[in-house]
Amino acid sequence: MAGIVKMALAGEGGQGVQSVAEIITDAAYAEGKEALYIPNFGVEQRGGVSIAFVQIAAEENIGSPKFTKGDIVIALSDRAVRRTGQYVDENTVFIYDSSLEGIEDDLPTLAKRVLSIPAMEVSKNELHPRVFNIVIMGAAIGATGVISIEQAKKSIEAKLGYKFEQNPELRELNFKALEKGAALVSGVLYN
Amino acid sequence: MEVVQPVMPQSWRIESKPHKFCPGCGHGSVLKALGEVIDELKIQDRVIFGCDIGCSLLAWDFFNLDIIQTHHGRTTPVITGIKRARPELIGVAYMGDGGGYAIGSQHLVNAATRNEQVFVLLANNTNYGMTGGQMAPTTLPGQKTETCPYGRDVKETGNPTLGPEMVAAIASEGAYVARGTVANYRQLKKFVKKAMENQLAGNGFSFVEALAGCPTNWRTNAEKTWAFIEQKMPEYFKVGELKIPAGIKEG
Amino acid sequence: MTNDIKPVSGEKKVFMTGNEVVAWAALAAGVDIMYGYPITPQNEIMHYWTRMVPKFNKKFLQTEDELSAGFATLGGVLSGKKAFTATAGPGNILMQEPFSMAEMMRIPAVLVVQQRGGPSTATVIYSQQEVTMTCYGGNGEGLRIVYSTAGNQDLYDYTIKAFNTAWKYRFPTFVLGDGYQAKMRESLTIYNPEERGIDLVPATPMVGAPGTPGIHREPNHLRNTYNTEEELFQVIREMVTEYNLIAAEIVECDAQRCEDAEIVLISHGVVSRACLAAVSRLRELGIKAGYFRPITLRPFPETQLRQLAKNAKRLLVVESAEGQLAKLIMQSIYGLTIPMENYFRPGLGITAEEVVSQVENLLVVY
Repeated sequence: MAGIVKMALAGEGGQGVQSVAEIITDAAYAEGKEALYIPNFGVEQRGGVSIAFVQIAAEENIGSPKFTKGDIVIALSDRAVRRTGQYVDENTVFIYDSSLEGIEDDLPTLAKRVLSIPAMEVSKNELHPRVFNIVIMGAAIGATGVISIEQAKKSIEAKLGYKFEQNPELRELNFKALEKGAALVSGVLYN
Repeated sequence: MEVVQPVMPQSWRIESKPHKFCPGCGHGSVLKALGEVIDELKIQDRVIFGCDIGCSLLAWDFFNLDIIQTHHGRTTPVITGIKRARPELIGVAYMGDGGGYAIGSQHLVNAATRNEQVFVLLANNTNYGMTGGQMAPTTLPGQKTETCPYGRDVKETGNPTLGPEMVAAIASEGAYVARGTVANYRQLKKFVKKAMENQLAGNGFSFVEALAGCPTNWRTNAEKTWAFIEQKMPEYFKVGELKIPAGIKEG
Repeated sequence: MTNDIKPVSGEKKVFMTGNEVVAWAALAAGVDIMYGYPITPQNEIMHYWTRMVPKFNKKFLQTEDELSAGFATLGGVLSGKKAFTATAGPGNILMQEPFSMAEMMRIPAVLVVQQRGGPSTATVIYSQQEVTMTCYGGNGEGLRIVYSTAGNQDLYDYTIKAFNTAWKYRFPTFVLGDGYQAKMRESLTIYNPEERGIDLVPATPMVGAPGTPGIHREPNHLRNTYNTEEELFQVIREMVTEYNLIAAEIVECDAQRCEDAEIVLISHGVVSRACLAAVSRLRELGIKAGYFRPITLRPFPETQLRQLAKNAKRLLVVESAEGQLAKLIMQSIYGLTIPMENYFRPGLGITAEEVVSQVENLLVVY
């Protein structure tokens, strides 16, 4: 992985965007990489568009906490699609969930690739709606290769382990979600 | 009639006397009561005295105590900060009716609600004295001041603030709240002593309002000054104890 | 955050948000008590501190507003305990009152500011719009010390330093961060300062020292009021003289690649990271760019900047405000004729890419 990988994840408050970003950056840090994550939201405690800016580098110092254009931009709601257009240029891979409606005119036209992935569908039909954000996390990792799946699993365990203790099936569910998400986009972007 | 001792309290500072308060000012009496109580309780080594802006600031060198003169209305939080950091010290926050009930009311209310272990001693002379006699929260209906020259109109500006009543209503168990008057020095001093003992016992918030005179801004002679304090003010401001911690005797 | 019961000892690499870092730094600096009031984006400082309170035998008071938080902090400091408070935006406006009292009375209080958009409520997110207020707010001459941090390691280092500076020199001291630093997670090393050879300046009481006043010692009568103009003038004169004398010991800045620079980028705080990265990139493109970062905004590194400005061809001021840093710079370099451009983005984050673009555009025009 060369240089700094810049990832923006956006969704509605409550979709788990910040948790995903936190786990990815924790995992990158655990792997000895440089990582910087900053959340971005409005004044409301609940609701509103939630964006996470993640930067991961093998060694380089990370400069400003935000970036103008991302390598990967992932949008999970229609509002998020509109909000994140500004972070897309001809080098960006733009990923959105295929369940979103009415966003055809808002999709970026300049991006390197625009991908729709059935993350919500997969969660609902094969896993559980609540691990939707973990599927997305898998997609983000699959698209960038910023961290290994093994480390991602360790970091999920570190953050959500207390829930798994009460309910061990959740662990399998989350790990499956991760792998599923990665499979949905693997091979899109090599670093 | 009891002979009033002419001797200064030991905790008073001789070098800063004669003090700078106007002749007939109520502050002198209130601070004398405080000084005597400090002497009797033997806590001169531990009392930190805070004074506000307004005539109370003239007390900044009044005592042989460590004294901090603060900003207008901010004496309560400064003394609260001291007491929270060093609970072994005794905190006394001294202010007037403006500092306590206008700009400082927010801090008074919250210190009372949080049951801060401090003693707020407030001299109520129904006006902002040092700035030239403007209307204050405790100005009486019909009373003339520089900013209500035709007399306070309660339709325009409401009724005088009943500070101890407000504090008593919101204070916790363990608080001591009273209103005294310079017209009854013995009783005022007793209230001040009980307030101080309340803090020493670690019970909670202590608040004493003292009705006091301001002949300079009231533009009254000695006779009319005392009449105002003894007859007019108690029509609105009831003298007595409003809240006493359980188990303590009523004064 | 770990579950250690000991305070910081040795060195440890950690990955945390800026607000958490501030709490750890206060702990490492030997702070006894924090007073605070909620306002975004600094709330987590209190959240972390209150969780440390029972573990490390510390104290906390949430007050009814920032006025009370500031004045209660003065009280704590006056009583001889290391105390601080933190705020942002509209809360910072209220803090100007207690910190004016601190300026006048030489009370070594510390305020951590995590800048948000302004004026008024604006955004809870980020800006560099509280520079003027933090440096010169209040009704005095701004006799205060202000450190502008550029990331989480800085927040740790300079929060510890703020307490030492305050207690040594007795001017109120500010750590000027921002909403990005407050909320971003990045790695840093936390350490025990004394194990690194950084002595902690002890706190001493201004009220409540041992001994009975009037009997064992003179009372401390502390006031912030004066009767005559002449008295006040004398007092201020002496304070200003002392401030100017110690400025050289306190001032900090960082200059890189300025010796042969065609254009020097001047920025502070988190924006300086973007500018440093931009300078690297510009040099790769063959543009002789230099980097200057004032770390203390008060006292401002005037001497160093003037020296550098004499040799450079052009300056570009980059800030997330509408000229608040530029004002400080102009004040410093008055009399010099070096052209000064600006890239002002009030309330908006600035990336290295935009700075590079700006410089390229500027040089094309010229």
